[in-house]
Amino acid sequence: MADTSQRTGDYLGMELTLDPFDIENVPFFDYLSQGELRLQRNPENGLMRYPPTSRCPFSGKTDHEWTKVEPVGTVYSYTEVHHAIQPAFQAHTPYMVLMVELDVQRGQPGEHDGIRMMGNLVTPDGEMAPPDLVARTGIGSRMRMVFKPIGTGMAMPCWTLDETVDQPSPWRYPQE
Amino acid sequence: MTARDIDATTGKHLAGKYAIVGVGETEYRRGGGRTTRAMATTAIANAMADAGLTADDVDGMLSYSGGDSTSSTFVAGDLGIRPNFFMDVNGGGSSTEALVGIAIGVIEAGMCNTVAIFRSMNGYTSVRVGGTGKKAAAPINGDDIHQRGIGWQSPGQWFAPTFMRHMYEFGTTPEQVAMVKVAHSEHASNNPKALYKNRVTVDDVLSSRMICKPLHLLDCCVETDNATAIIVTSIDRARDLQQRPAVIQAVAGRVCKPRAEMFYQSGPVTTVAGHYAKDILWKNAGLGPEDVDVTGSYDAFTFTTMLQLEDYGFCKKGEGGDYVSNGTIQLGGKRPNNTSGGHLCEGYTHGIAMVVENVRQLRGEVDDTCPIGPDGKRQHTYDYSEGGCRQVKDAEVSANLGWGTPGYGSALVMVRG
Repeated sequence: MADTSQRTGDYLGMELTLDPFDIENVPFFDYLSQGELRLQRNPENGLMRYPPTSRCPFSGKTDHEWTKVEPVGTVYSYTEVHHAIQPAFQAHTPYMVLMVELDVQRGQPGEHDGIRMMGNLVTPDGEMAPPDLVARTGIGSRMRMVFKPIGTGMAMPCWTLDETVDQPSPWRYPQE
Repeated sequence: MTARDIDATTGKHLAGKYAIVGVGETEYRRGGGRTTRAMATTAIANAMADAGLTADDVDGMLSYSGGDSTSSTFVAGDLGIRPNFFMDVNGGGSSTEALVGIAIGVIEAGMCNTVAIFRSMNGYTSVRVGGTGKKAAAPINGDDIHQRGIGWQSPGQWFAPTFMRHMYEFGTTPEQVAMVKVAHSEHASNNPKALYKNRVTVDDVLSSRMICKPLHLLDCCVETDNATAIIVTSIDRARDLQQRPAVIQAVAGRVCKPRAEMFYQSGPVTTVAGHYAKDILWKNAGLGPEDVDVTGSYDAFTFTTMLQLEDYGFCKKGEGGDYVSNGTIQLGGKRPNNTSGGHLCEGYTHGIAMVVENVRQLRGEVDDTCPIGPDGKRQHTYDYSEGGCRQVKDAEVSANLGWGTPGYGSALVMVRG
């Protein structure tokens, strides 16, 4: 982390930047660029968090270890965007914004809590999902992370259907 | 600290001590052709005239915006008001109710006597909240990557996973939620100043184009150019003014879920800030949902109205779909919501117009199309058919439920003075 310059990534034609002093987000995206999902874990209470923050939201402590996490989970909720606001997404409608609950730390610290990561639905090779893939994905779908490289020391955490497991029949919004 | 741990009794002694004494607004337009400064002065001038106050009587000013408005210093100066206190705060929905509480606080602290609160916005012509213009293409840095970086930007996109999870967990249907728009459109058809006065059906909502599931176009609020103002002062001063005061019984301001901005991390995701605000609101008010005659549950989207009514206890958790579709929230029903047509139909003001509407309801002087009698006042017919009355009969208690995000919200209970 000796970089002093701003990191720049290109995702769908959008310029995404990280300031060198953003010492929460820089390592997060750096690990992703190495194909690893790592989250900050407070060694005292053992709890991890997302998005990256300067303190543990459950204790207010700063101590943390970047802990490697199995990048798999279940779709907890989603929206399927038909009217894109941002120019970069207009060529990809309908696109999915998935809320994926990681298997790790599910139901902690509270019964209804969990680590819920947001990300786009993509093909296994990282392309924005075509309509037939969108139509097969919903609440309950089992997902694995795709680390989409977007620049030096930066990758986007995206999600694709985990084809290594039997997929449950997902819940989808009733009106297609 | 949970809401239960808060000693809300410190607020109780202020219940009934303050009132909203004047309300005013500009027309709701698309393409208003006026600056936010000019509109704000008009709205406050109208509110002062409504109350019977002069510039010398108003010595405090509050406003809110997202950097898309003017400042109190311009507006006060234009109106000949010399403030002893002013503050322009950052915020959208849920600001109004919180600012009413702040106004009470600064008056109570002896900083000033009478506070005008305004929101002025060219929400259609200049800065569109859900728009596709310059704002949508702004640079994305750091924390923003986790949200705007993945195309999760507009309020609709941002709240949609909360709405969707509610449908999944409780079986809430698109037809039930569409009834919020149907009800508010019925109300708007009886509101001469509403932007959209046409009544719509459930089918109209469900066949309008999909914006982001589960939100169709007609599940989303309108965007308009307008300014709105209210004036808060002590009950003693209020008694000398020309309107029946809308007495402030309780305020909850910007109450948060755990982790507020990252509301989707703490569960249940379908629980919104009202769940936490209700313990402060009803305790301070000394009243409960069953005492309320008319509600103003924020309708940025059909779903926001439903979720808040649920979490403030107007029905059981998970039964919001039934509550908003069984006739309760319609004029003529047990507890109408947003009788002006709200943000779905009347116009968009980030919540303040819903407070104005309830002030008029409590006065018994809603500006509907009923005939004006010899005393110069509306002779309400209570016939709620299209183009008719929108006054709620014997409205004595109102509740405004202001939505910021699923993670924070505000509320205001008023009673007829």
